[in-house]
Amino acid sequence: MINEVAPKQVKNRKLTVKLFAAAVLMFGFGFALVPLYDIFCEVTGLNGKTGNQVQTPAENLQQDNARQITVQFLAMNNEGALIDFGPRTKSVMVTPGQVMDVTYYAKNLTDREMTSQSVPSVSPQAGADFFKKMECFCFQHQVIAVGETKEMPLRFYIDKGLPENITKLTLNYTIFDITEPSTEVPKHDHADHHASL
Amino acid sequence: MGEHHHGPAKGITRWLYTTNHKDIGTLYLWLSLIMFFLGGTYAMLIRLELLSPGLQYFDPNTYNQFITLHGLIMVFGAIMPAFVGLANWMIPMMIGAPDMALPRMNNWSFWILPFAFTMLSLTTLMEGGGPNFGWTFYAPLSTTYAPPSTTFFIFAVHMMGASSIMGAINIIVTILNLRAPGMNLMKMPLFVWTWLITAFLLIAAMPILAGVVTMMLFDIHFGTSFFSAAGGGDPVLFQHIFWFFGHPEVYIIILPAFGVVSQIFPTFSRKPLFGYVSMVYAVAAIAILSFLVWAHHMFLVGMPFAAEAFFMYATMLIAIPTGIKVFNWMTTMYKGSISFETPMLFAIAFLVLFTCGGFTGLMLAIAPADFQYHDSYFVVAHFHYVLVPGAVFSAMAAVYYWLPKWTGNMYNETLGKMHFWLSFVSINVLFFPQHFLGLAGMPRRIPDYALAFADFNFISSIGGFVYGVSQLIFVYVIIQCIRGGVGKAEAKPWDGAEGLEWTLPSPAPYHSFSTPPDPKLIPDMH
Repeated sequence: MINEVAPKQVKNRKLTVKLFAAAVLMFGFGFALVPLYDIFCEVTGLNGKTGNQVQTPAENLQQDNARQITVQFLAMNNEGALIDFGPRTKSVMVTPGQVMDVTYYAKNLTDREMTSQSVPSVSPQAGADFFKKMECFCFQHQVIAVGETKEMPLRFYIDKGLPENITKLTLNYTIFDITEPSTEVPKHDHADHHASL
Repeated sequence: MGEHHHGPAKGITRWLYTTNHKDIGTLYLWLSLIMFFLGGTYAMLIRLELLSPGLQYFDPNTYNQFITLHGLIMVFGAIMPAFVGLANWMIPMMIGAPDMALPRMNNWSFWILPFAFTMLSLTTLMEGGGPNFGWTFYAPLSTTYAPPSTTFFIFAVHMMGASSIMGAINIIVTILNLRAPGMNLMKMPLFVWTWLITAFLLIAAMPILAGVVTMMLFDIHFGTSFFSAAGGGDPVLFQHIFWFFGHPEVYIIILPAFGVVSQIFPTFSRKPLFGYVSMVYAVAAIAILSFLVWAHHMFLVGMPFAAEAFFMYATMLIAIPTGIKVFNWMTTMYKGSISFETPMLFAIAFLVLFTCGGFTGLMLAIAPADFQYHDSYFVVAHFHYVLVPGAVFSAMAAVYYWLPKWTGNMYNETLGKMHFWLSFVSINVLFFPQHFLGLAGMPRRIPDYALAFADFNFISSIGGFVYGVSQLIFVYVIIQCIRGGVGKAEAKPWDGAEGLEWTLPSPAPYHSFSTPPDPKLIPDMH
C-alpha cells in the first residue's frame, strides 16, 4: 500500500508544480501584452501614433514635386489642463520630402510652474507612419513658468511612401498638465507650500 | 479503528480545519448562497431606484457602488463559488476518487474567500466610498478618478484570483490523477469534463486579471503610466487586457452550467446523453474560441475595419459549438420518457432562456448593429439572460438534483416547483422588457432615465422584486431538506440517473471510495 501511495503523491506534486508555473507564466503574459500592444499599434499605425525622432538620410529629403499634401494642425487640452494651447499655423501645403517648421504655443494659465506633455495623433491612421518628426516639443516634458507663453517648435517632413489616395493629414496634439502635486498625494511640506501661496 | 475516526470533527473547528472535499464543497455552496443574497440585495436596491424616473433614494455615486458591487459579488462571490462547490462535492464521487488530490490547498482556497468578500463589502463604508466604476473597472475611472478604497478592491480581486487558481489546479490534478481504474477520460461524466476544461481556462485567464489589477495598483501608487496617455500609456490597453481575461471568464461561468444540465437531461429523459463525444469537443472548441473574441466587447474604441470583421466572425463562430450542445440536449429529450421534477424544470428553463441570451449575443456580435446596442439596456438584458436563467438556474438545478445525495433526505417537491415557476415567470418579467428599453436607447449604469422608459422599468422592477422574494423559498427548501425534508432519500432517488455518485448511499458517507469502485459500475457514455 505504501509503495502505491508514494508515486501517486509525486505525480500529484509534479502536475501541481507545472500548473502553478503555467499560472505564473500567464501572469507574465499579461504584462507582455503591454509592449505587444505598443508594437502592434506601431506596425499597423493604429491610434495614429507617430514614431519617435527620426535620423533622416538625405535621399529621403529629395522632394517629390508631383503632389501636394495639406497638413492641418489641431490642439486639444486634456480634461482640466489650464493651458492656452494651439498652433501658430492652422494648415500648410508641403510636397513629400520637404522639411517644414511650424510652431505651437502654450500659455500657462495657472499660478504655479507647470510641467506639460503633449501627445500626438495623426488622422487618417494609414498616414501616421509617414509623418516623420525630426524635432518635436512632444519629445520632452515642457516646463512653462507662471504666465509664460512658450513657443514650441516642430520640424517634420512627409515620407514619399505616403499612399497616393491620401492628400490631407491632420495632426492633433493633446496637452496634459503633469505637474507633480496634481497627480500625487501632496506631502506635508507641499501642502504647507500651497497654503502659503 | 474507532467509529469516530471516520466521522467529521465536532464544532467550528470541523469547518475551519477541514480537508474533506464534501465539507469544503458545503462551505463553498453556503458562501455562494450568502453572496447570492448580498448581491441580490444590491440588485433590489438598483431596481428600487429604477422603479420610477428621477432620483428617488440614492445619489448617483451610491448607485454606482451598487451596480459595481452587484456585478463583482454575483460573478466572483455567487456564481463561481457555487460551481467550485459543486465540483468539490461531486467530482471525487463521480470519478471514484476518495477525495480531492490536494486537500490542504483546498481548505486554503476556500478560506481566503470570506476575507476577500468581507473586505470588498466593507469598502462602501470607507472614506470616499467603495468601487463605483462598474464591475469592468475601466481605467481611468478606476485609476485617476477612483476612490481611495480602490487599493482594497485590488487586494480583494487578488485574493479571489489566488483562490480560483488554487481551486482550478486542485480540480485538474484530481481529474487527471485520481480517476478510479476503468474511468478513462471518455467515460467521465460531462460535468467532470466541463470542469476540467473550465479549470484550464481559470489558470489561463485569472492571472491576466491579477496582472491588470497590479498595473492599476502601480498606476495609482507608484507613478507608472500603463493606462495614462499623459505618460505614454493608453486607457484602451486596459480594455484589451481586461477583456482578454473577461471573455474567457464568461465561459468559466457557463461551462460548468453546461455540465450540470448535461447530467440532468439524461436522468429525467431516461435516455443516455445524445452525442457525448461531440459534447466534449464542443466544450473544448468553445474554450479555445473564448480567447480569440475579446474585442467584441469594445467595437466602439476605434478599431480598424479588419479587426472589427475578425472579432465579429470569430464571435459568431462560437454559435456553432454552442448550437451543437443545444441540439444535443434537445435530442437527448426527444422520444425520452420525460418527467418534470424540479431539477428538470430548471434545466429546461436553462435550455430555452440561455438560448434566448445566446441569440441576443449573436445580435450584439454584429459589429455595425453593436454600434447601436453598445452600453444600452439591451446588453444588460443579454448578459442577464445568460447569467441568471443560464448559470444561476443551472446551479439551482444542480442543488435540487444532488440535495438528496448530500443530505440523505428528499426535498419538498411542491415547494421546489413553486420556487421554479415563480422564478421562471418573474425572471422574464424582470429582464425581457430590458431588451425593449435598450433598443429604444436607454443607456446602462444610470440611476435616472427619460420618462419614455418609465413603464418598462416599472414592469422590470416588479419582476425583480418577485424574483428576489421567491429565492427565500429556495433557502427554506434547502434548510427543510437538511432537517429531514419529506422523508429519507434512496441511494438513487432518480430512477433514470446513472453514474458512480448514485452507487453510494444517501447521504454520501464522509469518506467515499477509499477503495476504488468496481469498474463494471462505470456507465459507458457512448
